[in-house]
Amino acid sequence: MSVPTHPPSVPLAIDDLTVAYNEKPVLWDIDLDIPEGKLVGIVGPNGAGKSTLIKACLDLVPRASGRVMVYGESYKKQRGKVGYVPQRESVDWDFPVSALDVVAMGTYGKIGWCKPVGRKYKKLAMESLDRVGLADFAHRQISQLSGGQQQRVFLARALAQDAQLYFMDEPFAAVDAATERAIVTLLHELKDQGKTCLVVHHDLATVNEYFDWVILLNMRVVKAGPTDEVFTAEYLKSTYGGTLSALSKVGDALKQTKGAIK
Amino acid sequence: MNVDAWMDFEIWDVLFLKNYNTRLVVLSTFFLGISSGLAGSFLLLRKRSLMSDTLSHACLPGIGLMFIVVTLLGGNGKSLPLLLMGATVTGLLGVLLVTAIRNTSRIKDDAAMGIVLSVFFGLGIVMLSLAQTMGGAAAGLESFIYGKTASMVGKDLEYLMWITVVTVILCVALQKEFSLICFDENFARSLAWPVHFLDMLMMGLMVGVTVVGLQAVGLILIVAFMIIPAASARFWTEKYRLMWMLAGAIGGLSGWVGASVSAILPRMPAGAVIVLVSGVVFVFSMFFGASRGVCKIKSRQIHMRRKIGRQHFLRAVYEILDAQQTGGNFTVSIQDLLEKRSWSRKQLQKHISRAKREDHIETVAGNRIQLSEAGYAEAARYTRNHRLWELYLIRFADVATRHVDRDADHVEHVLGPEIVRQLEEELDTTLHGMTPPESPHCIVTEGSI
Repeated sequence: MSVPTHPPSVPLAIDDLTVAYNEKPVLWDIDLDIPEGKLVGIVGPNGAGKSTLIKACLDLVPRASGRVMVYGESYKKQRGKVGYVPQRESVDWDFPVSALDVVAMGTYGKIGWCKPVGRKYKKLAMESLDRVGLADFAHRQISQLSGGQQQRVFLARALAQDAQLYFMDEPFAAVDAATERAIVTLLHELKDQGKTCLVVHHDLATVNEYFDWVILLNMRVVKAGPTDEVFTAEYLKSTYGGTLSALSKVGDALKQTKGAIK
Repeated sequence: MNVDAWMDFEIWDVLFLKNYNTRLVVLSTFFLGISSGLAGSFLLLRKRSLMSDTLSHACLPGIGLMFIVVTLLGGNGKSLPLLLMGATVTGLLGVLLVTAIRNTSRIKDDAAMGIVLSVFFGLGIVMLSLAQTMGGAAAGLESFIYGKTASMVGKDLEYLMWITVVTVILCVALQKEFSLICFDENFARSLAWPVHFLDMLMMGLMVGVTVVGLQAVGLILIVAFMIIPAASARFWTEKYRLMWMLAGAIGGLSGWVGASVSAILPRMPAGAVIVLVSGVVFVFSMFFGASRGVCKIKSRQIHMRRKIGRQHFLRAVYEILDAQQTGGNFTVSIQDLLEKRSWSRKQLQKHISRAKREDHIETVAGNRIQLSEAGYAEAARYTRNHRLWELYLIRFADVATRHVDRDADHVEHVLGPEIVRQLEEELDTTLHGMTPPESPHCIVTEGSI
């Protein structure tokens, strides 16, 4: 099999990616080429592997097979070009830090080992907070922020990373209208700067409005492409429809055979 | 010499560290307190406090085994460096085993720690029993279980000073790295920080502190040294740097005071007294902590209740005046106020006297009250804010309003001037300055906020 090459202008290229937890495949043979400067929505039902796809790209979960290239190189070499917004629930917001401290974490990679956060990076963190409309809340302890504000703190942290390619895990989950507007504005700002954003998204009603590109995911890529071509009733049906349990059945069968051989 | 004079002499000696032995013990526990307070802060924030309990119990078989091996080889089985080395090896093994059990099976952390802790401790007891059969030299080994400050030597103090220096240096140098992996491990990993290595460093610190502190407080109580100072410090601050420093200070102080007390009171084991002292500090912090102590939280609640009460009272007066359509600050009858809300005469009297104290009321004459100029302005502001909030809730009913601070004094600050203007326009009210818009609902009966 020939190994496909990807030009460095492709922000994210995924070949034959398979991820499995406990021998149960979560993602099957994912092949994707994400064009530059697009807002890409990752859409699919619960358990479709949306978050896992992001985490596999970021080397946060082990890959059973496959390759992920960021601007033509492996993720390891290109980390500086990638920004990450994890799910808000993934951390304990009772941690004794201020909003500014959290945002400054986005600059740690540039600061390097053992050095304190200098004035330059504090300023960068402050600017990032300002871009999400939270400059007034910089010194608040993070548990005192509302859910939407916490989400914006995470976005500001990713902005402080100053990346080319952003992975965002459900930034729109359970946020207020002000935050939703702030995020949309921000996404367009990023796009105007030529940056690429992959956003895990739950709300089908807003997909058309927010994204230029859509990946319909349900353990495999059902369809990926420009929103107006891909986001159709037919494809959605095959993403969310009943026949999809077939794949998980295959997974179960595999597991059973393996158990029998043992 | 009478008893009092003896006591005075003794206390004097202890406080000024006159006696070599006292000096050794007090300084040792002081340094142990500082280093374990600092290291414990990371563990607390990383939610791994109990790991140190597993570790300390897992040290015991190492001590017994090292004694047996060295004695059999003809060496000095009670050499402190060798015993501590043995403790380190099995301690680390215990910690790794917990990680291995957690990663390879479906057994959760707490169960894995319980298993490793008890099995290693049992193994340690067996080792010690075996060691006893090898002759009298093994007699002092149990002191590692309960701690025996009397058996501490200059080497202990030396080790403790070193580990304190190392801990302080690591804490200062790696504070941003440690706080990052404690707060958001995945993000740290995506930034290419070696989370595993940093974790190992953190665990290494814990191992170092625990092992050299074993002799002082014993393996059963040392977990208290790791957890209590850090947990106490958390009640005082919301800043992690301050929390670390406080934890170190609380640990050091508890060690100093506890060791001194145990030196003054004969036959009081230092380890236990130190833990009791830090327990007292913890209880005090829990109640009086400046940031999240029980009293602070209670007083915040009382403050909040008063604020809401004041708002209700002033708004009630304003709405009565508003209904009279006289357009200005006139007297209001207490009877009207009573009917306005579901409050008793007594409650209302309380509000009135508080408002008087706060200079919101100008006069109370018979059955009528009149607001002061400041009180009237406040009342107008509260009413305006309240009504704008109501409009906001009606207008943006689909919005998750629980995310916004409803109690904000300045609505425009929370909603932004644009939304406020939009709300004002939407109700088609011509507003001049602070005049509130009309209430969107009938305001005669109103029971809740």
